[in-house]
Amino acid sequence: MTTLAQKLIADAAGRENVAVGDVVVCHVSLAMIHDSGGPRRVKPILEKLNRKVWDAERVVVVTDHYVPVFDDQTRAIQKLTRDWVYDQEIKNFYEEQGICHVVVPENGHIVPGMFCVGGDSHSPTGGAFGAYMFGVGATEMAGVLATGEIWVKVPKTIMIEWRNSLSPLVTAKDMMLKTCRSIGLGGGRYQAIQYAGQAVYNLSMQERMTMSNMAAELGAQAGLIAPDEITAGYIKNAGGRLPEDWQSYRIETHDADGEALRFDAASLAPQIAAPHSPANADDAEAFRNIPLDIAYIGACTGAKYVDLKAAATVLSGRSVAKGVTLKVAPASLLDQKQAEADGTMQILEEAGAQFLPTSCGICAGYGTDRLLEDQVCLSSTARNFRGRMGAANSKVYLASPYTVAASAITGEMTDPRHLMEG
Amino acid sequence: MGRLWKFEETIDTDVLAPGPYMNSPLSELARHCLEAVRPEFATSVKVGDVLLVGEDMGVGSSREQAAEVLKYLGIQAVVATSFAGIFYRNAINLGLPVFVLPSYLADFPQLKDGAQVSVDFDGAKLKLIDFDKDINLEPLPNFLRDLVADGGLVPHLEKRFAVS
Ligand code: SF4
Repeated sequence: MTTLAQKLIADAAGRENVAVGDVVVCHVSLAMIHDSGGPRRVKPILEKLNRKVWDAERVVVVTDHYVPVFDDQTRAIQKLTRDWVYDQEIKNFYEEQGICHVVVPENGHIVPGMFCVGGDSHSPTGGAFGAYMFGVGATEMAGVLATGEIWVKVPKTIMIEWRNSLSPLVTAKDMMLKTCRSIGLGGGRYQAIQYAGQAVYNLSMQERMTMSNMAAELGAQAGLIAPDEITAGYIKNAGGRLPEDWQSYRIETHDADGEALRFDAASLAPQIAAPHSPANADDAEAFRNIPLDIAYIGACTGAKYVDLKAAATVLSGRSVAKGVTLKVAPASLLDQKQAEADGTMQILEEAGAQFLPTSCGICAGYGTDRLLEDQVCLSSTARNFRGRMGAANSKVYLASPYTVAASAITGEMTDPRHLMEG
Repeated sequence: MGRLWKFEETIDTDVLAPGPYMNSPLSELARHCLEAVRPEFATSVKVGDVLLVGEDMGVGSSREQAAEVLKYLGIQAVVATSFAGIFYRNAINLGLPVFVLPSYLADFPQLKDGAQVSVDFDGAKLKLIDFDKDINLEPLPNFLRDLVADGGLVPHLEKRFAVS
């Protein structure tokens, strides 16, 4: 019996089948890099090897980390990126369009059956489309760009099944924080996680992306979801080329030893993770009365269109508490436009939100907008490691966009159901 | 031949390549390698020494430097009962030999800290000199063995593309 991970790897390796533990060389269907870990790091290695990229059509470059530029150094990084893309004749270049993990699928680049690598740790996001996708360091990426190949050790599959349906105001983000708490940050053991169960298949594509994205927090190599009609619909809409045999990737087979974890979505409450680990999650209720300074809706994990929409549901007709700053950095220009078109952005604005450019923003503290000493932030991002978003003694809590929005209104950590349901 | 450095505790990327020195040159970073658990390590380690660790060797971040410092310090091989995935990849791609010990550390009382050892790379064996005994390790798949033998991914590709 072949698992989805095994089929994807076998296809890429040009083999009939593969077994757990096999080391195989795979052909890469797509390599994604961004301005921080991309051209500036791989260019010297490619020059040393005297190679250009193996296939310019299979490389996608996104600028999102040092966006907007703010000094000579960041300007130089963007110039180097542009020049390199031009030199290498790469057509798929998304400059300041939004965050790579969101922009790449939004433009239809990821479809079921692909084998992709990304120069960023949240690259498992692509697994939401039934593609095998994982993150690598700069040296390995340079190797991929030179050869179009990469080795993998065929992983086990850890099945994470969410039964039943989520209650209103509970999201994919809550499911992931709960999972982080249950199995810990190393729980994925660099194997492939596959999400399944009714609650997962009920999710929209963007919410599924949140689940796959945070497979990185679990220490897994990949975070897969078997493709279905929702996947197919999203890809068609994004102008992607859906392969004819896409349904053959609709596989939910367990490994022989059948490692599986089961959760009940119906009884899941909104979650908040305390500093400085996503594994410090608990029911939002447990954090009641903790005041916050900054409410942040941002990142590939938590500021896609569905996330903005979720925040607007809570913020509609309400306004941000005195003393709290609500900052919103939409994940991509496309998401922002969609939210402008249906009035979502206006609702956020009327509630008092400040908007940041569509880029990584405060998430990894790359720009000028950072958390100050002792500030408490409730954030819809994926990670709350010490000092990641700014000062070492700032405190970052993680939650869903509903919970961030509700807490922005009350000024303290709040289960959004209390606000909405009285 | 070299000395065996045995670690009972979990060795993460932050102990191998501590954050505060990540901006420093490799030589400086290497001076702080493992200092949090064994302050004398960086100054007394010699070329040819072997690291023996338990579960989850190299758990933590994706920083390549965690493997790079060990190679820089002359570590001949890292043997562990299990490795964190990204560290394992980085080590191989940087040409640092890594071997899985297919058993528990406690099963090998002769594997003491400070023991004289050498590594048989092709035969995948850890040789205990004083006991004249070989301990079998999981062999690296051929493909990865070639990669390591070439000194890592970049030299391997230089050879493949016949650069210089
Ligand atoms: S938004 Fe944050 S998590 Fe996502 S790619 Fe940017 S820095 Fe990484």
